[in-house]
Amino acid sequence: MGRYILRRLLQAIPVLLGATLLIYAIVFALPGDPIASMYGDKRAPENVVNAMREQYHLNDPFIVQYWHYISGAFQGNFGRTFAGVEVSSIIASKFQVTLNLAFTALVMEAVIGVGLGLYAALRRGRAQDTMVLASTLVLISVPTLVTGFVLQLLLGVKLKQSTGIEFFPISGVADGLHSYLLPAFVLAGTSIAYLTRLTRTSLAETLRADYIRTAVAKGMPRRRVVGRHALRNALIPLVTYLGADLGTLMGGAVITETIFNLPGIGQELFRSVYERQQPVVVGIVTLLVLVYILANLIVDLLYAVLDPRIRYE
Amino acid sequence: MSDTAAPRARHAKHAKSFSRPPSKPRSGSSRGGRTAGGAKPASLWSDAWQDLRRRPLFIASAVLIGVILLMAVAPGLFTSVDPYDASTCRLGDARQAPSALHWFGTDNQGCDTYARTVYGASNSLLVGLCTTVATVAVGGLLGLVAGFRGGLPDALLSRVTEVFFAIPSVLGALLILAVFRAGTVWTVTLALAVLAWPMTFRIMRAAVITAKSQDYVIAARALGASNRRIMFRHVLPNSMASVIVVATINLGVFIAAEAGLSFLGVGIQSPEISWGLMIADARPRFLEAASPLLFPAAFLSVTVLAFIMLGDAVRDALDPKLR
Repeated sequence: MGRYILRRLLQAIPVLLGATLLIYAIVFALPGDPIASMYGDKRAPENVVNAMREQYHLNDPFIVQYWHYISGAFQGNFGRTFAGVEVSSIIASKFQVTLNLAFTALVMEAVIGVGLGLYAALRRGRAQDTMVLASTLVLISVPTLVTGFVLQLLLGVKLKQSTGIEFFPISGVADGLHSYLLPAFVLAGTSIAYLTRLTRTSLAETLRADYIRTAVAKGMPRRRVVGRHALRNALIPLVTYLGADLGTLMGGAVITETIFNLPGIGQELFRSVYERQQPVVVGIVTLLVLVYILANLIVDLLYAVLDPRIRYE
Repeated sequence: MSDTAAPRARHAKHAKSFSRPPSKPRSGSSRGGRTAGGAKPASLWSDAWQDLRRRPLFIASAVLIGVILLMAVAPGLFTSVDPYDASTCRLGDARQAPSALHWFGTDNQGCDTYARTVYGASNSLLVGLCTTVATVAVGGLLGLVAGFRGGLPDALLSRVTEVFFAIPSVLGALLILAVFRAGTVWTVTLALAVLAWPMTFRIMRAAVITAKSQDYVIAARALGASNRRIMFRHVLPNSMASVIVVATINLGVFIAAEAGLSFLGVGIQSPEISWGLMIADARPRFLEAASPLLFPAAFLSVTVLAFIMLGDAVRDALDPKLR
């Protein structure tokens, strides 16, 4: 087990290096001078420019700059912005918001997706099944951009106007978990639909297995057959999907964050791109790549828990 | 005729996974025999087509896509107002509710929302189609080579795609677009294609690996067919099915992605018209006047829905296991 984790982490290093190099190259190619932009319309004093270019290694060739960055990052130093603020402190506060959003979305996805999929699989071929399938088709097709604004208008504004009670805050994170509910649902929308379909297919397949027939023949209650035998065996593809989706949710949160004014990493990245804050941009993307790699590793380790036949050497 | 042809065709398709059916002309169906020479690889497709054109899901999506395509090619058929002509907008008429004159009302600049929505179709479809073609060409070709050759090219390309998979696509596209100061249809296409080709690559590679170990490939090799002939005559046509399904669904996804990027301000720029841009423009006054936001949003959703429905229908037709 330990060896397996070690091997997986070693395999992740080239991916991490490749991804950061790619992002660093794109950020390097961004037009505009970060130091000049700090001074706005005024001309930056020459000695300041020279000192800062020296301090931030801006005069070095691309690959040397990348080396400075990556060797610092491996020692836990993600650099400073051109205003002198630690990148890690900026990212930490923004990261919390996106992490809250993504995890709320992931929980909603798991509960609603598996629930609906279970419901559809047990009523396969009937009207309820068709209804669920049709609604997943709609949920997949309507982009986040649209569900965000429509739900903001209907559940956030109209519902408050007609009842006088604020069910869902529509902007900011001042209300704690409560303010994440609506954005998290919007963010999870497409994933809920995919997970529902996946659960339905996976469970329908498992329900046809011999051991299910045996369990039913033994007189086991239906609840137990579905819960203990069918669902557990159907779970592997679902866990794979959920694990891979955490990265997608965090990386795709920028539109949801913009609609609901959440100060997360998507918005921070957006601003940093325009202020040419290279270390912040690369730091955020590196962090997301790490989340992706770790989530996939955890998924692989969960397989052994779900299916004892799977062993890691 | 179709009643007797369908079970025969279905049967032939099942047999296909074991060996290539002998080239005897199929009686009862003149459709398969018409494409002389290429008749054997075409049988899966003509069979799928027979199945497809009876599916309500396919008919509905095809009609929708037809209307949207017409809208993109000839928007003048749908509206007499030219939204690219600024004199059609009157600031005094801003944010009017839908009326007989302005079907969808007017936006913050007093422009006709209906005309703008109709004209927005072409940029969305252009991005969707070009990105799909690019990803299928690049990802498909590399996937074919990697899957067929194996070895070093496969290992290298697979590592490269792993790197791309790890990068979050919306943020990656946002970064690439920031390099070009002003987004256009072509830069958006480039940004989306750069991040999306690895998916096509993986699907193609997996399909090619499955196809190349089939009996008919071994038979062709035993008969002395060259690598190139096996690759393009046998492996490629039998690996295209899943790529086409994913490409159709992705076409809708790319259209949604374009709207998202344009909404964020890095995609298509004004004065060009894009649904995402219209949504961004309507946003500041959204709670007073929802129609300039909701109508482009509805068109966007229906367009994406049409392509995803088409993809679902094509998959059901091409994959006999799901029947």
